[in-house]
Amino acid sequence: MPTGKQVSVDQYSGSTADQDRSSMDLTASKPVSETSRQYTTELLSIENVSLSFGGVQAVTDISFNIMEGEVRAIIGPNGAGKTSLLNIINGFYHPQEGVINFRGKQRRRMKPYQAAASGIARTFQNVALFKGMSTLDNIMSGRSLKMHRGFLWQVIHLGPARNEEIQHRRRVEEIIDFLEIAHIRKQPVGRLPYGLQKRVELGRAMAMEPELLLLDEPMAGMNLEEKEDMSRFIIDLNSEFGTTIALIEHDMGVVMDLADRVVVLDYGKKIADGTPTEVQASQEVIDAYLGVAH
Amino acid sequence: MFYREAGQFKTSYAADQALLPIRQDRIGLGLILLVAFVAVPLLASDFFIGSIMIPFLVFTLAAVGLNILTGYAGQLSLGTGAFMGVGAYACYKLTTYFPDINILFMVLLSGIFSAAVGVVFGLPSLRIKGLYLAITTLAAQFFLEWCFIRIGWLYNYNDSGAIEVPQRKLFDIAITGASASPTVRYLVIVSLVALMTLVAANVLRGRIGRSWMMIRDMDIAAELMGVRPLYAKLSAFAFSSYYCGVAGALMVFFWIGSAEAEAFDINHSLLVLFMVIIGGMGSLLGCFMGAAFIWILPIAIRAVPQMLGLDVIAATTEHVSNIIIGVLIIFFLIVEPHGLARLWQIGKEKLRTWPFPYSSN
Amino acid sequence: MEMLHSIFVSPFIEMGAYPDFFLQVVWEGFVAGVLYSLIALGFVLIYKASGVFNFAQGIMVVFAALALVSLHGMGVPAWLAVILALGIMGLLAIGVERLVLRKLVNQHDAILLMATIGLTLVLKGVGQLLFGGEPKPMITEELGLPTGSTDWEVFDGIVIFQHIDIAATVVALLMVLALALFFSKTRIGRALRAVADDHQAALSVGISLHQIWAIVWFASGIVALVTGIMWGARSEVSFALEIIALKALAVLILGGFTSIPGAIVGGLIIGIGEKLFEVYWGALFGSGVEAWFAYVLALIFLLFRPQGLFGERIIERV
Repeated sequence: MPTGKQVSVDQYSGSTADQDRSSMDLTASKPVSETSRQYTTELLSIENVSLSFGGVQAVTDISFNIMEGEVRAIIGPNGAGKTSLLNIINGFYHPQEGVINFRGKQRRRMKPYQAAASGIARTFQNVALFKGMSTLDNIMSGRSLKMHRGFLWQVIHLGPARNEEIQHRRRVEEIIDFLEIAHIRKQPVGRLPYGLQKRVELGRAMAMEPELLLLDEPMAGMNLEEKEDMSRFIIDLNSEFGTTIALIEHDMGVVMDLADRVVVLDYGKKIADGTPTEVQASQEVIDAYLGVAH
Repeated sequence: MFYREAGQFKTSYAADQALLPIRQDRIGLGLILLVAFVAVPLLASDFFIGSIMIPFLVFTLAAVGLNILTGYAGQLSLGTGAFMGVGAYACYKLTTYFPDINILFMVLLSGIFSAAVGVVFGLPSLRIKGLYLAITTLAAQFFLEWCFIRIGWLYNYNDSGAIEVPQRKLFDIAITGASASPTVRYLVIVSLVALMTLVAANVLRGRIGRSWMMIRDMDIAAELMGVRPLYAKLSAFAFSSYYCGVAGALMVFFWIGSAEAEAFDINHSLLVLFMVIIGGMGSLLGCFMGAAFIWILPIAIRAVPQMLGLDVIAATTEHVSNIIIGVLIIFFLIVEPHGLARLWQIGKEKLRTWPFPYSSN
Repeated sequence: MEMLHSIFVSPFIEMGAYPDFFLQVVWEGFVAGVLYSLIALGFVLIYKASGVFNFAQGIMVVFAALALVSLHGMGVPAWLAVILALGIMGLLAIGVERLVLRKLVNQHDAILLMATIGLTLVLKGVGQLLFGGEPKPMITEELGLPTGSTDWEVFDGIVIFQHIDIAATVVALLMVLALALFFSKTRIGRALRAVADDHQAALSVGISLHQIWAIVWFASGIVALVTGIMWGARSEVSFALEIIALKALAVLILGGFTSIPGAIVGGLIIGIGEKLFEVYWGALFGSGVEAWFAYVLALIFLLFRPQGLFGERIIERV
């Protein structure tokens, strides 16, 4: 099983260990029956979290966990509080109640950059790329936390600062290859079509080499082909690199195929949690999506 | 037709990430440096050096400072003039206290004072954005301007209320003061500007510059990528103000020779802003183009009627150039918000694909 | 200790000792505040309807007043000069809408601000070219505005009220009422509020943005002319006013960019505050503090209440 260790730059770049791992994974990779993968370590757990804005209750008393190495889906009708939940996990919103455990560390309040430093990356529902920068620079920006050369080295841009830049560029180029976006490497992202922008955004999050990757509707607004590409990237990312993924998605077909476990929200409350088949069978979920006859 | 990158393959990331990856650009830059360091000092008249080249370079440096803050880090500032003033007054105080220390060192040191003041007035940027921030920089502008007038200590309690540049030497040659020749002053300035532009280019393409652009383009996403807004914004203010401060010190010590507070008023701030807008936000090349354009346009407008033998009042030409610059600013914001630098880039791209304009990409 | 005394104690003792002088200072500050409010009002109108932060509002005041004075100087009767000056502001509004705003739809607000800075330069150049750069006296009497003053004996002293100041206050009040009526009772006013709320939604119900923008710029042109007349009558019409008018930006921070009551209250706070500060505390700093008081107050205010006195709390969304 992938263990999602923090891997350094050199280890990541196509060493034999990686290949062994990925080939091993491919045999056990999805789509296989959901129960074949067992996860033992808890990466993130959320306990009794509530969040409100003024009088509006966005999230009410939600608890769930994400295991290391799994693909966890968060679904629910519009306005169910899914994005708010992601915002809580990466520190953009601070819940009024409840605690969050990530890698054994407990916290309630955390700045977004601290969440990023602790290994949480994310993509956004409406693409939030750096529009004035090229694809390459956007993905390079994901390496911000891993670059340390100080101001004076930056000034002369020789020696260590330059080597650091090149070293990270190498890693970024691997991601560019992985996502098949080499042809748009130097184009400003603002001019790219939507589907490619989403892909670049995924690349930017990948560049952070996160322990936990949060994807907010990675396939929204895509056509079938683009969705298939994106699904493939997500599966590969999970199985080859062992990245734990939590995703929000409306396309049920995608969710059922990709996710190991699904948590369902409605009106800010958790109404179901389990494997895709379990969730599909839940009466509450069916009611939430189809409405209840009174 | 001579501007082709065909055949220039990059075999390493280092070559691909060079400042000027295309050979023709490197040759072009070499030629420009040759002109700037050899041809101008040897051939140009004192008037051309003193009234065109020196002011142009001083404003270029100020524009680089403002462009770092506004064009690269996305924080609009209307207080450039005041930050230049801080540099000028700091340099003046430093050189009165330590007359024996090299003036060039003092110029570079005075930027640090300006940077510190910039950080203080940049603090609100952590809570507020955009237009609100522009107004806090106005606070800096008016407060500092008032300090330059009211705090006599800053100008050594001169009766004139102005700072006057004493003579300072480098290798026994007078480089500041009344007896320094324009050519010598020009050489000092052009060296500093070239060096500091290189430094800016290096910082902008590295980790720190990228973090500024991230904050500019999408501050929330930047924070979620691990950029600390506190560091990114304040470092942008500091770095930018450093450039403005040095530009201010150069302006007084190597150009106008003495200055009162009015030299750093809001109109001065706006002038630098115009240079950045017309030159191109987010482009170092644009700083040079904008400064040249805004500085030379009024001179040209003054010269044209003279050449035609017309008698036009000096004030009229100033009003006309105000109108033209105003119209151009609006024009550029509408048609090409990235300014002259972008036009230049488009021109180069056209040249690259000529005569087959549809063959690229 | 002495420092603290001169900051926290002696100014107040002085206020208590000469209450008539204190009242005079407050009144002066109040009138200045009314004029700041008027300029800020022009800003708010435009900002609400088009999201443009109009740096040129100050120069519009100067431009309108100069046009009026110069027209009169050419022999046009005062009443006609006012109408013609209004006409010029109307043309300006249409011109700005056609040539600038229409082409900058959906641009970033900083770009719009810079465009109005460009507009400032153009108006300044045109104004100086057409009307000359030197200060001019306002045609106060020809416009039928009162001159002279009234003394009010109070607290064993007198407080002097210039009639023009009283007139300025009354006119400002009337204008705010007229605007309020216009916005709440007329069809255009309703459309304008719709536009302020949501551009696209307003477009979708058939409101013409272009028309609304031109109207709003014209409305703030009228406000500018009135401000210019009043200001000119108190001192004179000159381009120096443009810099002073920037204080209205500080007013906006206090009052919020979109609130008309905010603009008025903010203007009065700054007007009265800076006069009191200058008179009672200015000596400590070496006078001239009026130049920055407004901005520094705004800056401090920003740190604690960025949304302004009457603005709504901003919740950021991802």
